[in-house]
Amino acid sequence: MTTLEPATDAAQDNLAALESEAIHIFREVAGEFDRPVILFSGGKDSTLLLHLAIKAFWPAPVPFPLLHVDTGHNFDEVIEFRDRVVERHGLRLVVAKVQDWIDDGRLEERADGMRNPLQTTPLLDTISENKFDAVFGGGRRDEERARAKERIFSLRNAFGQWEPRRQRPELWNLYNGRHRPGEQVRVFPLSNWTEADVWNYIAREKVELPSIYYAHRREVYLRDGMLLAEGPWGGPRPGEEVRELTVRYRTVGDGSCTGAIESEAATVEDVIAEVSASRLTERGATRADDRMSEAAMEDRKREGYF
Amino acid sequence: MSSLLRLATAGSVDDGKSTLVGRLLYDTKSVLADQLDAVTRASVDKGLSTPDLSLLVDGLRSEREQGITIDVAYRYFATPKRSFVLADTPGHVQYTRNTVTGASTAQLAVLLVDARKGVIEQTRRHAAVLALLGVPQLVLAVNKIDLVDYDEATFTVIAEEFASHAETLGYARGSVLTIPVSALEGDNVATRSERTPWYRGPSLLEHLEDVPVAPDPHDSALRFPVQYVIRPRTAEYLDYRGYAGQIAAGTVRPGDEIVVLPQGIRSRVERIDTADGPLAEAGAGTSVTLLLADDIDISRGDLIAAADAPPQVTDEITGTLCWLSSKPLKAGARVLVKHGTRTVQALVGDLHARFDEQALSSVDSPASLELNDIGLVTLRLAEELGVDDYGVSPRTGAFLVIDPKDGDTLAAGLVGERFS
Repeated sequence: MTTLEPATDAAQDNLAALESEAIHIFREVAGEFDRPVILFSGGKDSTLLLHLAIKAFWPAPVPFPLLHVDTGHNFDEVIEFRDRVVERHGLRLVVAKVQDWIDDGRLEERADGMRNPLQTTPLLDTISENKFDAVFGGGRRDEERARAKERIFSLRNAFGQWEPRRQRPELWNLYNGRHRPGEQVRVFPLSNWTEADVWNYIAREKVELPSIYYAHRREVYLRDGMLLAEGPWGGPRPGEEVRELTVRYRTVGDGSCTGAIESEAATVEDVIAEVSASRLTERGATRADDRMSEAAMEDRKREGYF
Repeated sequence: MSSLLRLATAGSVDDGKSTLVGRLLYDTKSVLADQLDAVTRASVDKGLSTPDLSLLVDGLRSEREQGITIDVAYRYFATPKRSFVLADTPGHVQYTRNTVTGASTAQLAVLLVDARKGVIEQTRRHAAVLALLGVPQLVLAVNKIDLVDYDEATFTVIAEEFASHAETLGYARGSVLTIPVSALEGDNVATRSERTPWYRGPSLLEHLEDVPVAPDPHDSALRFPVQYVIRPRTAEYLDYRGYAGQIAAGTVRPGDEIVVLPQGIRSRVERIDTADGPLAEAGAGTSVTLLLADDIDISRGDLIAAADAPPQVTDEITGTLCWLSSKPLKAGARVLVKHGTRTVQALVGDLHARFDEQALSSVDSPASLELNDIGLVTLRLAEELGVDDYGVSPRTGAFLVIDPKDGDTLAAGLVGERFS
């Protein structure tokens, strides 16, 4: 969304409605499924997801474990944040490491070094090993055209695949979670949230995020129009000049394809002001994985990606 | 003024819905530079000289290949006055079920017709579906007005024909607005067009910003389907037993007398809890946790209702079904009914009537209901449910019909007779 202003009274009502809807979705899943899991990377959307889950079941603990598909290309600050949050709330964390799949030959490293597209296999394998039947994700319909087509309860076949032509009608707030053995349902409580809503809610609820969402000094180099940081994903390559800049991250994913933006925004309020002035979408600005083709997201979702 | 309007589009294939939605997004500056760049690139690749705004919304590969919308997409845009959630639905007959999906939560529907073709079969079908679901406000957008040279007479004929059709469906004249539009050129979408000086009404966007939205039914009686029982069993909350759910209708306050259905046990609300602390009052749409004065056995699927105005408790529903599956419905079929938070087995009894949305008449005792048919059916339930008439309380008057074999949603169900 373009207009990202500090929330007015009307917008606060809107946030309250979005919160109630997300809580309703969490409780429906808790009531209807045997083995739900929350996908949790430590990024802002999954942190928000966890915040809402905690509110949905308060004062009881969250009745689901968390699952992190770890590409191995992480930002240290995010992993530290992930572990701290898990500890603080007494949660159970399942980690599926892409490196393990590469080491035993189930996956092959890509020539371009990007590991984001490699997450699908470990995700599907871990879902089936643990017999998870409902998998919460932080996807929002405003992120991307193919995501705009996603239902809140999205049935995936036994191969984890999404078939957009065969989606169930989703009527009123009556979510149909029935599925056959081996099938799973992906659940998106943040479907109706926009980037503006997410940031305004983070401000309202004082949700802590990994520090890299806010301005800091970092050594970065330019590749394909993105400011990448040094890390296990390789780089800088010869000819890629390293500079120390004041930057922040707008999305946090695999380090090989998530770029920083130059920014002085050090607080939530600064970020809200900055994003409202931006002429680029959240993913368009800094996510190389969405640029691979016209329908990159749809194609990955058909394979089983979120 | 409500801060949020939920709207749905409807209309036949090729009427220009995606272009209209693209135009709304574009004119409200809800399209960012990189999205527009992508659309411009794709349009140039297709040999077009101006950006094809429908590409902003037709996100699926096969939609772009065929130039049609296949599935509902949800779009978000805002003006200084209001935020909008728009369900952009396909027009193809095969996908009418998606129109039902989009319209089930809509407060307003924009129905498109092609000015060259006027009101056609699909327009009447969609209008009937919107009336069935009780969408309170309608806009008829007479699109491609540029292709009939902005002709007033053409517009007036369509507007009159539609107004009388809508009236037959139960829409008062004041709840339907007809606007001459060119989605391609932008006439009367965000701003009023000089090319239709004979049209004195608002632009589509002006109307969307100002149209009054029916408030949530706060003044109706309390309906609270129990979703989940919160039992922490921690040292701090050893005896805590809360009933979590979203208020479907009405308002709740501590001290209110309630009845738990279908058991019929009465109690009193002691506290309304949330993670942010207890509330003095909560209204429809709010997710809360209720603590009751008495320790009674309540579980997911039960319905907490106002003791002085409970719903009807019944093991037989006569309701209007909008059949959404290509598997036909026949008497004697075993199905599941999901109502509120309870799913029960059901047996299909009599098929009383099928509604003919073209002739606005009904056919008695049809042999079956086929894809997109609307019919009046009796369902015998294995367990009792507390139900309201859909017209009185949509949230507790709505249900799903589900196939017990594969879990598919077969029908949208509305308690009561919705067409006579």
